[in-house]
Amino acid sequence: MNVLDYLKGKAWLTAVLLLLGLVLLPFMVEASLGKSWLRILDFALLYIMLALGLNIVVGYAGLLDLGYVAFYAVGAYCWALLASPHFGLNLPFWVILPTGAAIAGLFGVLLGTPTLRLRGDYLAIVTLGFGEIIRIFLNNLNAPVNITNGPQGITQIEPVTIAGLSLGKTQEIFGITFSSPHLYYYLFLLFVALVVFVCMRLENSRIGRAWVAIREDEMAAAAAGINTRNIKLLAFAMGATFGGLSGGLFASFQGFVSPESFNLMESIMILSMIVLGGMGNIYGVILGALLVTMIPEALRYTGDLQRAVFGEVFIDPADLRMLLFGIALVLMMLLRPAGLLPSKLRRQELAEDAT
Amino acid sequence: MSDLLRVANVSKHFGGIKALTDVSFTVRKGEIFGVIGPNGAGKTTLFNALTGLYQPDTGAIDLVGTSLYRRKPHEILKAGFARTFQNIRLFHNMTALENVMVGRHTRTTSGVLAALLHTAHNRKEERDCMAYAQQLLTRVGIGKHTHTLAKNLSYGDQRRLEIARALASEPKLLALDEPAAGMNPNEKNALRDLMVSLREEGLTLMLIEHDVKLVMGICDRLVVLDYGQKIAEGTPDVVRHDPKVIAAYLGGEVVV
Amino acid sequence: MDIFAQQLVNGLVLGSVYALVALGYTLVYGILELINFAHGETTMMGSMIALAVIGALFGVAPDLPGIMIVLAGLLVAIPACMLLGYSIERVAYRPLRHAPRLAPLITAIGLSIVLQNVAMLIWGKQYIAFPTTLLPQGRHNVFGASITDVQIAILVLTVVIMFGLVTLVNRTRLGRAMRATAQAPAVAQLMGVNVNAVISSTFIIGSALAAIAGVMVSANYGQAHYYMGFLLGLKAFSAAVLGGIGNLAGAMLGGLLLGVLEALGAGYIGDLTGGFLGSHYQDIFAFLVLILVLTLKPSGLLGSRSVERA
Repeated sequence: MNVLDYLKGKAWLTAVLLLLGLVLLPFMVEASLGKSWLRILDFALLYIMLALGLNIVVGYAGLLDLGYVAFYAVGAYCWALLASPHFGLNLPFWVILPTGAAIAGLFGVLLGTPTLRLRGDYLAIVTLGFGEIIRIFLNNLNAPVNITNGPQGITQIEPVTIAGLSLGKTQEIFGITFSSPHLYYYLFLLFVALVVFVCMRLENSRIGRAWVAIREDEMAAAAAGINTRNIKLLAFAMGATFGGLSGGLFASFQGFVSPESFNLMESIMILSMIVLGGMGNIYGVILGALLVTMIPEALRYTGDLQRAVFGEVFIDPADLRMLLFGIALVLMMLLRPAGLLPSKLRRQELAEDAT
Repeated sequence: MSDLLRVANVSKHFGGIKALTDVSFTVRKGEIFGVIGPNGAGKTTLFNALTGLYQPDTGAIDLVGTSLYRRKPHEILKAGFARTFQNIRLFHNMTALENVMVGRHTRTTSGVLAALLHTAHNRKEERDCMAYAQQLLTRVGIGKHTHTLAKNLSYGDQRRLEIARALASEPKLLALDEPAAGMNPNEKNALRDLMVSLREEGLTLMLIEHDVKLVMGICDRLVVLDYGQKIAEGTPDVVRHDPKVIAAYLGGEVVV
Repeated sequence: MDIFAQQLVNGLVLGSVYALVALGYTLVYGILELINFAHGETTMMGSMIALAVIGALFGVAPDLPGIMIVLAGLLVAIPACMLLGYSIERVAYRPLRHAPRLAPLITAIGLSIVLQNVAMLIWGKQYIAFPTTLLPQGRHNVFGASITDVQIAILVLTVVIMFGLVTLVNRTRLGRAMRATAQAPAVAQLMGVNVNAVISSTFIIGSALAAIAGVMVSANYGQAHYYMGFLLGLKAFSAAVLGGIGNLAGAMLGGLLLGVLEALGAGYIGDLTGGFLGSHYQDIFAFLVLILVLTLKPSGLLGSRSVERA
């Protein structure tokens, strides 16, 4: 508490400390928890990007999208097809990543256009259907022309290479050894920072206000002069672009994509990150993404716990963890229905404190 | 005075129900124009048809030379025709200031790129927009509630906020749908003063109102609707003595 | 064998199952405007519980008539699912009735995960075979299509249940209370309707239908699996939306239509696309039709009960 008090009003010092902590974090994680947790951390960063992207659509504009993973898939397959032996292509990442993000954004508009008149649950079910359709196509577009390689997916995807430095291998820089997940951590962190920056700027902008206005009352928003069609499409496109971006990074990091990574459960997970953390609030969404990624992984240790308590493992922890995760999801929602860090409420409370 | 809004033969039906039949009237620049009629006479339907929330079936709507017929709500607002709602429709989880800033959407231009880059133009626009919104909040009398969420405002203040949001678009014509509903006498007086002073600044107002005293006292001219048809039009004095109007109200509240 | 007639029969049988599950979604949505995402899992549970009872009974008393054994399974599964549906509402939805709209959706998703994993822990990850030999094995030829005794039973039972449900909603005190609650919960409460009891009843009725549908689907396909509720629930919900959510007749029509479309689609997609797309695109139909209908006529074929607030 004393430290926090001291840091109050010293924004630059807080920023420097935060940055330092984030830079050193992978060293600590790798040393204490091992490389597998470093990979989990990388995935957490990917999910933060995804969740922030979906947050634009669901949290700001209030459009319940249950097929968000489709854009993740589009981005991932773009990367996979443009940088793997499958088509014999290997384009540089600064070409593929924007391409994938742009194509995903285009898909966002494509999906958005026919669904603009729909509201609430109808929109949810249509977007869900769209997500499933994309997955079914990915699964089956291996014949008669082999585009996606079907259920086997695409392997040997090229990692990101920056200035001749491949992030797919362990590298030694200035005498310090960086493992591949460690290198990707920094790359992902950079992109997360970018996405957070974009979200923050948009949140307090004319466009951001228009999104929230549509969420609050679409008819009043139209009467207040907002072209609801275009502004909703913009939300879809922005969200989808972030999805595509994360997808591309995912493909390069994983080195392998298959349709199974992009099922409905994935969309639902991303949605639960937002709702759990606090819709519309950037910090809440980040927290939600971290929790939803980390909790199931942490629950793998229930095997050790069982051994410690009962002397043997009764239930395979891999089977148990999703059960516990489900219970956690229900409990957290019952206790904090507006999410862990609800949006606006905080700001409102702060404002009331000030007066 | 010149004509501001010309409405000619506007009709609207829902299934078999004729909500509006051949309604025509003209609103002149600088006046306060009342729309009255018994419950279910089609007053709000008329507003909705004029402001693009419903698509009228036939007719012509013309705001100083611009046709508003079957245009989208945001286009109508941009043309200079703003409105409020009978059952207050605010953005509840936004602050009062943000509500009004949304109202300036058509008078501002910053897009995604400008917001991301914080261009000089964008920063200036945001600053101006905020100042303008704050000024409007003060103007309608809720200047001290800038950062209160709309849903936490009192009923009367919510009505004022809605007017401020509509004014933010700098309209030529402002249509108020029962703005005094649920207000106490003090609030009603303040509202009347506000309307009068807005008119003095050159704004034209349309007003649906049940409080006959308020309407008769403030309106320059009125149109009376009954069963979706216009049954009378004219100054309060003319309308008051129109036998059709008296019949429509069954000799009730309109006889003041 | 006539492919069209055969696929029509298959589609109607599949559609009956969709319709029964869809009724559960529509009943709840009609009253609470809530997608009970765990409903597919209730169906799965019904199927699994029935199979467990059938298996156990068959092991203990193999001489009992097969029909009796299956019926016993059904009779255990129905009350078990009713209890499950009741509990789901009490635990996951009732405390959140005035919470933000998406909160109950997330608890529902959480519960789905819980139920799936409980089923997996109890019954394992393998497909469980339905002892189809217990049921009559007759095959009949109707208009060039082959139809089994089980399929006939499914169709007949579905029709009977639907009649029963319509009677319940339109003719009984409970039905009247349900309709009143759907229209205006606050007013219904003032008029002396016990809204909580009505909501519980709705979940219980829907869950009973789900249990029956679960047994039907596993009897028809000869197997059950802990993950079966997911896609089934999804399609049934699509069926409910297709027909017009909140509308009982709509759920039935939507279910049957979706089943038939899927079956015919799977049968003909190869011909239609010149062999470009194969029958593994079957699942696409449900969603394509759904997207088309919702885009062209968002209230569904028969109109939805709940008017979207403009």
